[in-house]
Order: sequence, then structure tokens, then C-alpha cells
Amino acid sequence: MPKREQLQDDYLESRLIRRRLVLSAIFIVILLSLVLGRLYVLQIVEHEHFSTLSDSNRVRIKALPPTRGLIFDRHGVVMADNLPAYRLEIVREQVEDLDNTLSQLRQYVEYSEQDLKRFKQSLKRRRPFESIPLRLNLNDEEVARLAVNLHRFEGVEINARLTRNYPQGAHAVHALGYVGRIDERDLGEVDGIEYAGTTHIGKLGLEKFYEHELHGTVGVQHVEVNANGRTLRVLNESPPVQGNNLHLTIDSSLQKVAEEAFGNNSGAVVAIDPNNGEILALVSMPIFDPNLFVNGISFIKYNELRESHQRPLFNRALSGQYPPGSTTKPFYGLAGLESAFAKKEEEIHCIGYYKLPNEERRYRDWKKQGHGPVNLTDAITQSCDVYFYDLAFRLGIDLMSSFLGEFGYGIETGVDSTGERKGILPSREWKRGHDGMPWFPGETLITGIGQGYLLATPLQLANSIAAFSVRGTRYQPHLVKSVEKVPEYNRVEIASRVAGRYEIKKMHNWEHVHKAMINVVHGLRGTARGINQGLQYKMAGKTGTAQVFEVAQDEEYDEETVIEKLRDHALFVSYAPADDPQIAVAVIVENGGSGSAVAAPIARRILDAFLLE
Amino acid sequence: MNQALDSDTTSITRRVLDALRLDPVLLSLLVILALFGSMVLYSASGSDQAIVIRQMTRIFIALLLLVAVANIPLRMVRKISIWIYIAGVAMLIAVMFYGEVGKGAQRWLNLGFIRFQPSEILKLAVPMIVASYLANRVLPVGLKEFVVSSVLVAVPVLLIARQPDLGTAILVGSAGFFVLFLAGVRWRVMISLGVLLSLMAPLLWKFALHDYQRERIATLLDPESDPLGSGYHIIQSKIAIGSGGVYGKGWLNGTQSQLDFIPERSTDFIFSVFGEEFGFFGSIVLILIYVAIIFRGLYIAAHSTENFGRLLAGAFSLTFFVYLFVNTGMVAGMLPVVGVPLPLISYGGTSMVTLMMGFGFIMSIRSAKRFMV
Repeated sequence: MPKREQLQDDYLESRLIRRRLVLSAIFIVILLSLVLGRLYVLQIVEHEHFSTLSDSNRVRIKALPPTRGLIFDRHGVVMADNLPAYRLEIVREQVEDLDNTLSQLRQYVEYSEQDLKRFKQSLKRRRPFESIPLRLNLNDEEVARLAVNLHRFEGVEINARLTRNYPQGAHAVHALGYVGRIDERDLGEVDGIEYAGTTHIGKLGLEKFYEHELHGTVGVQHVEVNANGRTLRVLNESPPVQGNNLHLTIDSSLQKVAEEAFGNNSGAVVAIDPNNGEILALVSMPIFDPNLFVNGISFIKYNELRESHQRPLFNRALSGQYPPGSTTKPFYGLAGLESAFAKKEEEIHCIGYYKLPNEERRYRDWKKQGHGPVNLTDAITQSCDVYFYDLAFRLGIDLMSSFLGEFGYGIETGVDSTGERKGILPSREWKRGHDGMPWFPGETLITGIGQGYLLATPLQLANSIAAFSVRGTRYQPHLVKSVEKVPEYNRVEIASRVAGRYEIKKMHNWEHVHKAMINVVHGLRGTARGINQGLQYKMAGKTGTAQVFEVAQDEEYDEETVIEKLRDHALFVSYAPADDPQIAVAVIVENGGSGSAVAAPIARRILDAFLLE
Repeated sequence: MNQALDSDTTSITRRVLDALRLDPVLLSLLVILALFGSMVLYSASGSDQAIVIRQMTRIFIALLLLVAVANIPLRMVRKISIWIYIAGVAMLIAVMFYGEVGKGAQRWLNLGFIRFQPSEILKLAVPMIVASYLANRVLPVGLKEFVVSSVLVAVPVLLIARQPDLGTAILVGSAGFFVLFLAGVRWRVMISLGVLLSLMAPLLWKFALHDYQRERIATLLDPESDPLGSGYHIIQSKIAIGSGGVYGKGWLNGTQSQLDFIPERSTDFIFSVFGEEFGFFGSIVLILIYVAIIFRGLYIAAHSTENFGRLLAGAFSLTFFVYLFVNTGMVAGMLPVVGVPLPLISYGGTSMVTLMMGFGFIMSIRSAKRFMV
């Protein structure tokens, strides 16, 4: 205990504190009297008034949900709109025996356990006298059957509400995404007031990313109701404001061409305008009908989609990560020239395999007998692996990794949609974090032909080749061209954003690789020469094959015997017209085999459609 | 014979309470209030037994903590107050960086085995540290003491206010202020502080308040301006209380409450359920129970033999009053909506534990020097 000070006088001090305590007690009495006074006013003086309000509660506040904004393609084709659909809705306050009513209703209309569960959840967080949907999307027959018997059910209503509709069905589903019923998790993320009365919310893709634009502003209505809660008349209302419309960069007809070009194959296509990053087509195959999800998909249908081995729900274009294979070769070629580790005319003798000094392991070329003497142009045109093993050995993983990084490998593109993944750009640092192991020289070699740890999404592939085609400027790809603000209906353009720029040191280096890529399509020995017949414009491209299955050292990969699931992925990246690129495309066909045979023809059809039609 | 038995039992109860260093008057008032609260909660939760059982478990645990705290010697309480204060402020800073976000505010600290709001600790620690600091000084407090104490209060209050948690900031701030007030801050100091604050009010309104806080104050002035949002709370709460009348609609019979008109009716708005079902008469009884508790606390403060006990017991009792006043004022539409529960009745564990521990300290103060009731 510190020593008491001389001047401290307990008697005086305790009197001081007591005085203050008494003062506080007086304050307390005064303030609580105020509260009691207030309660007196509410409960005695104005009791009649509040009692009336409470008993009949004639004036109710209803939320008016806004209509969701529309989505158009770049030419004004409607991709998503809203159609009136009939719903079976129940006002809990007006139903005496809910369980009985629910079971009686079963005689006239079917509803699933899932509908019931959702209904009961919504009951818990409704506003008083709000009608809660039990079943959505009633067909005409169900409406007729219910309407005849509706008088028997107090508090049961059939209401027509605008519901999201995708008029083109499965078309462009992975570009658009879809809406679905709001669930508990969504509610945690949105303003409960703005979503009062709203039943649907963007779940995926554009619909989710642009939810804040598409949703609109909720309206309020004061209505007079009778003793049973039925609306008698509207006293006043502030109407809801429709959500903003989106105009996409997507070209619906181009998208359709790409979807049809795939046939029954799985895979993805991304087409980008390299001059501004506008995504012209974003395809993931197979596709599915998003309308199924709007009104609550049945478990059976959902499981069918989910368990299909082709995985239609998986958005390959943004979330699929594939080894880019030989499509990386132009980048390494440019890296070699820029860093002077490769010289334009220097030749390598390809004997069908490559060996590291002091190592027994053979790194094989896809062409067993070898390409013979090849320079850089030949190596890109014929896609010689040995040349690039050797180049990789000289460049080293650090340089390779940073160079690919300049073109957007290993980072998200920042596209305006959901579910984008960033692939893997391996480096020494990445590997330490990945498995704690050091980087091995052999891994540099296989990275040199786009295999190994290296992974990229189709969007990254398209965006990197787009950046290459315009000599190093990489835009942030985007799906929305403009937002049409409601109610003024003025369009706000989404500005193109440069995501990164690689400054080419010597432009003739780029020209050299660019010409080699033209050779891939137009040259006599180009791997994609098969698609150049009748070509009316100049096109640059690069084929690729991504290994799914590793062939043992002394075995050979035989397309016939490898089952389809393990067959290689076919890739093709390209841009055209080569001298003034308007479009860059990446195509990947899962288990398609070789890029030249399967992926390149799809790219050709897309480029034809875009440039010629 | 019976009489003898009665007096026997009384004396046994008495002896047990004495041994546990508990104040029989305060303890019985608290238990009555908490049990009464559980009854209201049963109605407010829509007759949900699970919630009531959970609440009663909390009451029980909180009472155990009360007993534990009541048995800490007052001298020890004073010694540890500095450490509790430092730990509390440190955790507030930790919350700023590592806190978990719940309902839009960053208030929670997760220590792995337990998840709690450090701001609750400050409700106890702030009055403790200020009381401990002022107890040795000459009273009434001089300027230096006033400044030091103000800083001790202001640091945690500002940290809590920016979480944002206006309700707790008000409670912690007033707890600290009450110690100063009891320690005899001069009127002219308090008046100039009041004038200063009201001059700063427009600035605070503009820069210190969050949008939603401004909105709530605006809503108080004109509830119709936001009928779907917080104005709705106030409108419906007033209808519920007003329709209760003199004797109320009866337990479990409140139509407003049972039909789900009142939002947050188990927590911050539980008084509207009470008002509807028990009426003006019930409200008077309830407020009298609260007044009895507060006055008992003030009485113990007045009869303590040292300044630390006087200041601390007084501050705790007054803070308890602030809970009551802010909550009932808010529910009756007199004050803006801030998150302050109705003490010992609203559903929720944190405030229950803190409050009971506060009363534990008051009992410790009472038994520091025996005195007759």
C-alpha cells in the first residue's frame, strides 16, 4: 500500500462520495420517472390508439421486389430476361392449421421435400403477412386445378411474379452464370432490406458478379387490409426501380458457332479482342440449361448433372487448369531471343530425345525419329521438343517463369465473373512452398515444353496469346461492355484496363516468332497446315498437346490403346488477321488427342465466323 | 415448534451466505430478476424451451462466477485491476487486427478454446483502474487526476467505438465517468466538458459516426422515414408496448410478440414483449426491482470503509442503471437504437456474465469490512 498522503481526510472524502451517491440516486429517480412517464403515455394515454393498431393492424407495409436487369449480347440479342411465372404462396398469419393445409394442398399440386424445407426456412425470417412461396413455376394445369379450389384455403394465394428466364437455354450458360433461390448464406452477404420480397439472387458467373447492378432498388407499399389480412386497397407506394441492364462483349452468334463446333467433346474456348480485352466468346463444353436452377432443380436432375463424367457444371474456361503444352513454345522462343540465349539461325540437331549432362534419363520428342537439324523457326513450326528442352536448359527456370508471368501465367486475369482460378506458374519459390523440395534441372526441361507443374486456364491461354499478338500489351479481359443505368437508360461503358505490358527489347525478335507462328498454319511443314485450305486471311497459331498420362521411359504412347479418359488434351492458340489481329482464340479439347487434328479446326471455324460473316 | 425450525433454517441459510461472503438482499433480488427474465424469455422466444434452458444455464454459470469474484479479497481486486486493464486494452488492439467479424462489426477474439468480446472485460476493468488510481489521491480530484483518468477511459472507449460498437462504448465510457463523478469532479469541469461535447457534436455526427448510426438517430426523429428498416423496429415496439395497456395482455398472449411483429424480441427488444404482456403495472414492478438492486449497490458503496470500494461499488451500480435506462429508453422510442441489452433479462451470455461479476465485486466490497444490514 502506498503511503497515505497527509492531506487525505477520510471523513471529508467519504462525505463527498456519499453526497455524490445521493445525487446519483436522485438522477436515477428522475430519469426512470421519465421512462415511466413515457410508458404511461404509451400504455395509458395512447393505449386506445396502439390497441387499434395492434388489433386490426389494418395498415401493412409490403416490400415490392425490383425486377432484375436484363442481359444482352454485344449486338443486342437477349441473353437473360424475366417472364411472369405462377407461384403458390402462403400467408402464414391467415392459415390456422398449417400442417393440415400443406397436406391438403398435396391433392392439387405436387411439391417436393426440398420445396417444403425451403418454405419452412423462409417462414422463420418473413415479415408479418408476407406471402411465402411454396412452389414456383406452376404450369397451366396446376394453376387451373388450384384456382378452382382456392376458396377452401384461407391464406393460400396464386401469384404471378417475374422470374429470371434464359431464352436461349443452355447457350452461353458458362458466360452468364445463373440465379437461384436465396439461401441462408446469401442472406448473410446482402442487405436484408434491399432483398425483402426478393426470392432469387445471382449464384454464379456474371449474374453473381454483377448482382449489385442487376438487382435494382426495393419499393415500399402501404396497403389497407381487412381483418383476415387480405389487401383491400393500396394507400401509397414508392415503386421499385428495375436493376441495370448489362450489355456484354460476348457475340452470341460466335459463341454458338464455337459451341456447335465441339460436337460431343468436352473442352473450352475463349476468344478475346486483343486490342481491348473484350471477351467475344467464352465457352465451356458441355453446356446445361440454367433455367433448371432458377426454380430449384430436383435432386435427381442435379445429381445427373453433377455425376455426369463430362462434368457440365464445371466451368472449364475459367476454372479448368490444363498443362499448356507446346502452346508455350512461342513465349519461350521470344524469351530466348530477347535474352540472347537463342539465336535466330542457330541449329540444334534433334535425334528424337534429349539428355541432360550426367543423366541417363531420356527426354523424348513427340517425333520418335527426331526432326534432324532445326532452327527456332523450324522448332516452332514443327513443334520440336528437343529444341525447347535445350533452350529451357539454357534459359533456366527463373527466366522462364518470370517471362511467362509477363504474359499473365500464374495470376488471375481479373475477369468480371466468378470461379476464376490462377493456374500454376512453377518457380523455385513455388516449389519450396508446394512440397518443400528444391527445383530439379529435369523439371526445367519439361516446363520447357509446357508440361510438368505448369497449369493455365483457357482464359489465361487466350489472354496470353492476345497479349503476344499485340506485341506485349495485356488487357484485363471482361465480359461486360456497358452497364445501362435504369431509369435513365444511359449506357456507361466499361473502360478497357491494361493489366500488364511487356516491353519488347528488339521488335525483330517478336517479328521472328510471329512469322514462325504464321508458318505453323501456312507453312509446308506447319503442324496446323491441315486447316489452311481456302483460308481467306492470314492466321498465326500454335498447336499443343497436353499430357494427361505419363508414358514410362521405355514405353510408347499409342493413341489406340490408351483409354479415352487418359488420352491427351488437344490445344490450339491463334490470332487473326495475323498482321492486324482482331481476335485471339484459345481452344482446348479434353482427351481430344493432338491439337492439330481436333482443336485447330474448331479455331478455324470460329475465326471464319468472326472475320468473314 | 415450527417457528423454531424456521428461525433455525434462516440462520443456517444466513451462515452459509456469510461464509460465501454473499449479500442476501442483493443476491435474492438478482435471482428473482433473472428467473422472472427467463419467464419473459420463454414467451419472447415463442415458447422455445431449449432457449430458456440455455439461458438458465448461463444464469447458473454467471452466479458461480459471482460467488467466485465475491471471495476475492478487495485488496487483491485493487492490485490486479491494472493487469486486467492492460490485458483488456491489449486484446482490444488484437481484435483490431485479428478479430472476427460478426454482423458487420469486428468485435470478437478467438483464442481457440473460447470466443469472446474483449470489450466486455473493459466494462469491469475501466471503473476498476480509475477507482484504484483515484483511491489514494486527495479528493475531490484535481486537474492532473482528471486528465489521467480521462485518458484511461478514453483509450478503450475509442477502440471499442471504432469496432464499431456504440452501445458498449457508451457503457464503458459511462462506467469510467461515474468513478470520476463520485470522486468529486468539480461541476464547472463537468459543465465545460458538456459544453465542449455539444459544440463538437456536429463534427462527431459528420466524422465519428457510421452511416448506420446516423441513420438510427434520424430514424428516431422520424420513424416513418425508414419503415422497412430500423424505423420498423421502433414503430412495432411502440405498438406492442402501447397495446399492453394497464395490466397487459397476459403472459404468452401478446399478439404483437407472438405474431413476430417485433424484431430482436428475445434480445435487445425483449422489453417490448414484457410491456405488451404485463402492461404498465408490470413495468412499474419490473423497474422497482431494478431500482432496488441499484439502490442496494449504492448503499453498499456508501457504507464501504475505503474510497476504492466506495467508488467501485457506486460506479458498477450506476452503470447497471445506464443499461436499464438506455435499453428501456430505446425500446420506448425515446433514445436511438443502440445495441444495449435489458440487463439480466435479454437473451445472451456475455452481458449476463459481466454483470454478475460486477455484482460479485460489489459483494466483495461489502464483506471487506463487515457491517450490519
